[in-house]
Amino acid sequence: MITGAQAMVKCLESEGVEVVFGYPGAAICPFYDSLTASAIHHILVRQEQNGGHSANGYARIANKPGVCIATSGPGATNLITALATAYMDSIPMVAITGQVATDVLGRDVFQEADITGAAEPFTKHSYLVKDVNELPRVFKEAFYIAATGRPGPVLIDVPVDIQRRELSKEFKYPDQVQIIGYKPSIKGHNLQIKKVADALSNAKKPLICVGGGAFAAEGHEMVRRLAEEYNIPAISTMMGIGVFPSSHPLYMGMLGMHGVKHANQIVREADLLMIIGARVGDRAVSSPDVISPNTTIVHIDIDPAEIGKNIGTTIPLVGDCRTVIHQLIEHCNSHNRPGDFSEWTQYVRGLRDTYTPDTSPREYGINPKYFLRRLSEKMPDDAVYVADVGQNQIWSANHIRIRKGRFLTSGGMGTMGYSVPAAIGAKLADPKREVIAGCGDGSFQMQMMELATICQDQVGVKIIIFRNRKLGMVKEIQKKSYGSRYIATSLEGDPNFTVLASAYGIPSESIKASEEIDGAIERLLSANGPFVLECVVDPEESSI
Amino acid sequence: MKHTFSVLVENRAGVLSRIAGLFARRAFNIESLAVGITEDPAFSRVTIVAEGSDYTVEQVEKQLNKLIDVIKVRTINPAELISRELVLIKVNAGQTERSDIMNIAEIMDAKILDISRATMTLELADTSERIDLFTELLRPFAIREIARTGTVALQKGTDTISVKK
Repeated sequence: MITGAQAMVKCLESEGVEVVFGYPGAAICPFYDSLTASAIHHILVRQEQNGGHSANGYARIANKPGVCIATSGPGATNLITALATAYMDSIPMVAITGQVATDVLGRDVFQEADITGAAEPFTKHSYLVKDVNELPRVFKEAFYIAATGRPGPVLIDVPVDIQRRELSKEFKYPDQVQIIGYKPSIKGHNLQIKKVADALSNAKKPLICVGGGAFAAEGHEMVRRLAEEYNIPAISTMMGIGVFPSSHPLYMGMLGMHGVKHANQIVREADLLMIIGARVGDRAVSSPDVISPNTTIVHIDIDPAEIGKNIGTTIPLVGDCRTVIHQLIEHCNSHNRPGDFSEWTQYVRGLRDTYTPDTSPREYGINPKYFLRRLSEKMPDDAVYVADVGQNQIWSANHIRIRKGRFLTSGGMGTMGYSVPAAIGAKLADPKREVIAGCGDGSFQMQMMELATICQDQVGVKIIIFRNRKLGMVKEIQKKSYGSRYIATSLEGDPNFTVLASAYGIPSESIKASEEIDGAIERLLSANGPFVLECVVDPEESSI
Repeated sequence: MKHTFSVLVENRAGVLSRIAGLFARRAFNIESLAVGITEDPAFSRVTIVAEGSDYTVEQVEKQLNKLIDVIKVRTINPAELISRELVLIKVNAGQTERSDIMNIAEIMDAKILDISRATMTLELADTSERIDLFTELLRPFAIREIARTGTVALQKGTDTISVKK
């Protein structure tokens, strides 16, 4: 009979896992030992949190759960931020941790941490495996739970003696799961579909607000079809950027605290707001009274708990966004086609067209907004852009122009240090695609150890560092709300990033003037492997 | 307002901590919680009494339903509710107080479980309100110790909250 560790590897192989991100340690050694006999590609990250973020980026591009591995104790606790990041953004992930042996569990032995307990608020589900024969069922369930319904991270904690023990029966990976308390609804309720269709035909000024759920359901094309079919304008949350190409005639940009003005204006003016795969978080809609009490609110989400949580809903519609919208279009086309919204659409487009982005050159450093627009023009149609957190995230959200590519970021948790490891994961999920990570000098320093991972596995991600020697977003808050009493936002200890890159043998460049932008972008994009581009930015540059 | 939730869960390690954690995390206040095995040993029933608005009740139900180990959640309509708590009370009872305490016990339908030279220990299984009343009636005699369970509840009539339905 095979051992638990061998069974774990077989489970991963049965799930079709090709790449895993991890960091070994004593309590996970039996698993690693079994991995030597497998074709699964292991990427050694430089800190467990980054392994989690890489699995996150991988999952978002591969459209299947990303897998990360850590040892017990500190290895496992280092994963928590990555689990929380994936949980908030509903990203499917399976995290495997080693645990101390079952006979000493609970005795505070070396590198023991109650990780299923600690990660409970940040996981969709978790397992502490105490019977080696349970491993196949646990893995099958974990992958199923992670990927279905509202996706999310699932943790499997395996004590080291369970990894070593032999199964007492033949290994068989289950064909299906039987979880009686877990049955996500996929199809929308016909009566609710009809109500939404009626609301749409009664509407004069409908508006779609799409979030990351559209990607989770692979329903982005269906959402676009809905907008195009009936000529409905659309806005997105940060997580929904890329559902519509940025220059789509019906797309009006991102709403919210850091969104564009006209997007927030039309939310107030719409008489029907269709929220699709978005949870209406506080950064998107600061308070429910932003929306007129006369607006009919349709909320389409696979998670019933999101409906009515942050915003009152007139018509809830629970189900998988792709399926539900398909049902809705079928119903509208065969029963009541909505009216003509061209007047409203033209009005909305007029508002959008009055918006001119600030692309003027700066006296000191480059204009990051202009830079990102130039980068968007030159990057391939299907490029993946990963934004970090801070001012760079807001610049990127509003100025990266997506065509057929993706915009990835840590939207819910706002985790600094996300972009580079997530970009590594995205690149490994689709090596042919251009993958660019954009971060600030603050966030870069939370993840720069991953340059070593990039070198070791020759991952050709491109990194842009907007360097202002400040924690720009916090500084902005201190300026606005704390009487410009700046504290702990200066990064004067920054290293020279180009010298740092060359220490890793990664080509790099630093620019500080507008004229240098085009050439630098050219060299960044044509580099045959990783590339680091530092862009000097004025510390006074604002987010919006 | 007080609400009684009946939650059917898989009888597995860690389920109770998941439920308790969820209440704490979402800032829902638990008044009482009782858990025990059901007619099928694979499942347990958790009865939770919690205070909250309609919004809270809806959220509690939905968030509980998201837990993989939770099979069914039902808020029991107050008109349909049969509920019981159990209390054990040890009260000072010398020769002079004994008959008065026995009187109260008889009126309230409580049992006398133990008697000593100086104390009596009484048992009452009843609704939360009647147990409060019983406790109040005994207070003048100097209560030494109380042990009280959470509420357990079922619905009136033939309706059940079970796995099959």
